Amino acid sequence: MKFALAGNPNSGKTTLFNQLTGSSAHVGNWPGVTVDKREGVYKKLKEKVDIVDLPGIYSLSPYSPEEIISRDYLLNENPDCVINIVDATNLERNLYLTTQLIEINVPLVIALNMIDAAETNGIEINTCDIEKAFNVPVVKISALKKENIKELMEAAYRTAKIKRDGFSVLSKSFIAPLIEDAKMLLSKENKNNLLFNAIKLLENDDKTIKLYPKQAMEIENMKKQFSKEDLEGVIADLRYKYISETFKNTVKKHSKEILSRSDKIDRVMTHKIWGIPIFLVIMFAVFHITFSEDFLYLNKLYGLEINADWLCNILRIDAGGGLPSLGVWLQSWMGWLTGGLIELANGLLENSPDWVSGLICDGLLSGLDSIFSFLPQILLLFLFLSILEDSGYMARVAFIMDRAFRKFGLSGKAFMPLLMCFGCGVPGVIATKTLENDKERNLTMLIAPFFSCGAKLPIWATFGAIMFAGQFGDLIVFSVYLIGIVVAIIAALILKKLIYKGETSPFIMELPAYHRPQFKNTMIHLWGKLKHFLFKAATIIAGAVIIIWFLSNFNFEFWNGMVSIENSMLAKIGNVIKYVFYPLGFVFGENGWKFSVAIVTGLIAKEMVIATMGTLSGMSEDPLEMEITADLPIAAMIASLSPAAAFSFMVFNLLSVPCMAMVAAIYGEMGSGKRTWAAIGFWLLSAYVTSAVVYWFGTLISVCWWAALLVSVLVLTLVILLFVYKNKKNKNHISHIEKFKS
Amino acid sequence: MKKFLHEFSPGESGTVKEIFAEGKLKRRLYDMGVTPGTQIIMRKVAPLGDPIEINLRGYELTVRKTEAEKVIMEV
Repeated sequence: MKFALAGNPNSGKTTLFNQLTGSSAHVGNWPGVTVDKREGVYKKLKEKVDIVDLPGIYSLSPYSPEEIISRDYLLNENPDCVINIVDATNLERNLYLTTQLIEINVPLVIALNMIDAAETNGIEINTCDIEKAFNVPVVKISALKKENIKELMEAAYRTAKIKRDGFSVLSKSFIAPLIEDAKMLLSKENKNNLLFNAIKLLENDDKTIKLYPKQAMEIENMKKQFSKEDLEGVIADLRYKYISETFKNTVKKHSKEILSRSDKIDRVMTHKIWGIPIFLVIMFAVFHITFSEDFLYLNKLYGLEINADWLCNILRIDAGGGLPSLGVWLQSWMGWLTGGLIELANGLLENSPDWVSGLICDGLLSGLDSIFSFLPQILLLFLFLSILEDSGYMARVAFIMDRAFRKFGLSGKAFMPLLMCFGCGVPGVIATKTLENDKERNLTMLIAPFFSCGAKLPIWATFGAIMFAGQFGDLIVFSVYLIGIVVAIIAALILKKLIYKGETSPFIMELPAYHRPQFKNTMIHLWGKLKHFLFKAATIIAGAVIIIWFLSNFNFEFWNGMVSIENSMLAKIGNVIKYVFYPLGFVFGENGWKFSVAIVTGLIAKEMVIATMGTLSGMSEDPLEMEITADLPIAAMIASLSPAAAFSFMVFNLLSVPCMAMVAAIYGEMGSGKRTWAAIGFWLLSAYVTSAVVYWFGTLISVCWWAALLVSVLVLTLVILLFVYKNKKNKNHISHIEKFKS
Repeated sequence: MKKFLHEFSPGESGTVKEIFAEGKLKRRLYDMGVTPGTQIIMRKVAPLGDPIEINLRGYELTVRKTEAEKVIMEV
């Protein structure tokens, strides 16, 4: 048997799904779109039941991918029963979807969820009224407290065995004759879901019109004779009127409180003046707990030093340091674990051939280590995101930030994911799930890596310590971050114009009531996401790591055994592809191929850039683990570049493919290989173009500063002119408001 | 008196008279319960001046001002 869960977003659908399916749940993608598909098995009935969690929707209109998926599933996949989850605290709007679901010929059960919360709010609901009105069973449940779930499933099981014909609340309204006529017309063509399709044709539904173009034309004529009003609006209105009239006495409110607890919290969190500072403090706390090496600045501010040996061992720090934050602490344990694993493998493979131990220890394990050492921090960021989303605060962030983002073709919902990318792009990309518009989601994912993440910081820091004799280190780091943001904005504007054009999706969003995040729910959510990501990441990363290891340890006569990296295939490849990088300026001279090799290894993970440069410059130690001074070989290598070329190299690394973990995350979220390759191409192109601009402009400054000044003044004027032109065009447009007022 | 929804100040309330939108926006407003006759309370304006938060049918909804200006209200 197969049951489908349908209901509004925030109705507790996912909680119910988790309770029903437990560990059998798995997350995938609906074909062709970036919407999650969750499936699992319920085992407590006489037979096993497959559960499909349809996306959260408010209506079965044909406008969003979520709605189309749900419609197609209900109409074509013939589930044995639909469980419609209805939030008891918000009956009116939730039942609007129910009035559409019951028009489909499929057995249906209503699960009246959050009944406990409704009762504490003083709301009492008479379920008999709902059963009578829709002629389907209604079961009161609390998905959170696991109350009545067995009863719900038994009711669904019984209902699934009885066929049900669609029924419409419109059948007693004044448009009933029109519905009958449309049904008559359609019955000649197709008898499946007659009622549903007839009503959709009256609503001018694009998807149904495409299915029955001939009938649609005739119905169009009938509509014109019947009424001048727009039926789409009339029907929506009739549905809501039916609900508010039929269930007038169903809901009894005992509480007289005007402001609920949620309203009181919201008054503070979205306050006119304090809203933004509170948001900044929350975000600071999230980053601080994840990334700070000196928790609460106890060392810097209060001189706290940890010296006891046993404590240093547990915290994995050198004596005299401050308290590490949770993220840093977990990360160093993870490093200890993977380091131990590599050592163990080394010991076990002592007697095996060089290439075997090399492949496993230096190739596979070290490669995985460079990415998985970030895992605790990715997890932690993701945990915070889940808590913020579960509590209802995420929707408020979108509310607060929407205005600032709209100019770039993004809504406020993109803010949180992109901000996360300063920490790590992986949770950022996964967090784009809250963006309901597919185009906007893709756009957000494409610009996500331009926000410089934690793994790239060592590159900027190393270059900053050496360029200009280390005098402007902080300025260099700052400017790289700034370039990333500027390129992200420009890229968003260009992509919006070229590829993701069309009407902007409306920003009409429910602000769900605040509630305490459920630990178990958050954990299930986290584990589901992690499983999905880890599987993709492990295969993609392992593949890429092995390829790079092979290229950097063998020459073209690989049967002759391993060689040093200077003589490897990768060095040869570096020597060839450096010609591609000529316009970017950093591949001239004897070190040229080394930089192009570092770019290639950097595609796997950005920590590899500095590590590779260290190896190629002849260092035996990892430069990431020591202080960078001017007398190191890596410093000489960087100093051989002109400032413009060094900047160009940094910018290329900033914008190109961030790491294989990110590729895996994008692949997981976009759900399509084609889109993933397009994203990779887009990043490489952006990196190439921007680096070239940086190099040539930088060179111009150093050769002849006044010409550079002239160029920048010209570009600036052009941009300002464009803006003025655009504003003028907007002013010419007379809005309907002015027409209405005059 | 007739007035646009985006002209409301926080705390003000009224009923929906007419909706001027087309296509996706119109349907979305209808689906979320913004239909003629619905009572709407304006709750607040976002810190940056846009969007706005409204209360209708017992829940909170946020819309941009450009969307709210398609809704004519009776006060």
